[in-house]
Amino acid sequence: MVATSFTPIASLLGGALIGLSAVLLMWTTGRIAGVSGIAARLFPPYEDRQFAGRLAFVAGLIVAPVLVRLVTGGLPAQTIGAGTPLLIVAGLLTGFGAVWGSGCTSGHGVCGLSRLSARSLVATMTFMAAGMATVFVMRHWS
Amino acid sequence: MTILIQFGIGVVFGLGLIVSGMSNPAKVLNFLDVGGIPAGTWDASLAFVMAGAVAVTFIGFSRVLKLARPVFADRFYVPTRKDIDPRIIAGPAIFGIGWGLVGFCPGPALTALGFGSASAFIFVAAMCAGMVLARFIAQLSSATRIVTPGKPLEI
Repeated sequence: MVATSFTPIASLLGGALIGLSAVLLMWTTGRIAGVSGIAARLFPPYEDRQFAGRLAFVAGLIVAPVLVRLVTGGLPAQTIGAGTPLLIVAGLLTGFGAVWGSGCTSGHGVCGLSRLSARSLVATMTFMAAGMATVFVMRHWS
Repeated sequence: MTILIQFGIGVVFGLGLIVSGMSNPAKVLNFLDVGGIPAGTWDASLAFVMAGAVAVTFIGFSRVLKLARPVFADRFYVPTRKDIDPRIIAGPAIFGIGWGLVGFCPGPALTALGFGSASAFIFVAAMCAGMVLARFIAQLSSATRIVTPGKPLEI
């Protein structure tokens, strides 16, 4: 494992930006800023005509680090300590589970909890517990 | 115009992920590692990301959702379901396992593409395949649902 330092102020500020983004999306388009829902609906079957907007949102997510690099000349550390097979398995589970459960960290965790949704609270507690259990098994049981 | 605005909102979201440290899987895994509390390697930062995001969203939503309608849409598209069905537990449980294996959830994984890492491309490709599969299975199960005569179809 790679040690990381506790960054309460930066994390709080970054979290506030994520919240600001969720509020702006609701205010302008009336939609929940749930990344798994937005990304999954870029693929068929198409139920509405929001494709371009969703693509633009996802493009914004991808361009953000490019802008940070342009402005500051660098990017914060990003350590991905997994090989290809694990990346594929984890990616499949993450994508499948997020869509099967109608949301991920943003849709349920941020937007759902903010709307005091019981379903989102159940979902958030479940994925936090599953994530913690998985890391525990991976790090402390081997 | 709305497309450009949604692009900008995506950029703000991505900046939030980068500033908060969510875009670094190592940081996410160190938060999920409650077994690291005794050793002092636990990184509580992610709780602050959640706190900041929920605080702003809670205040913002309570004001925005009082408006008659959004600026560029006819109405607010807010989920209305309240039932706790098996999928609302099974889905997040599967998602949580994937999250705990690598440290990527969908938002940070997409933002990681802009960092230019090959690992992120592999993860996102698999994630998209998983998403498509889930929607396909959901469609199949809804298409083969038995309709009881005289009862309204629940979707």
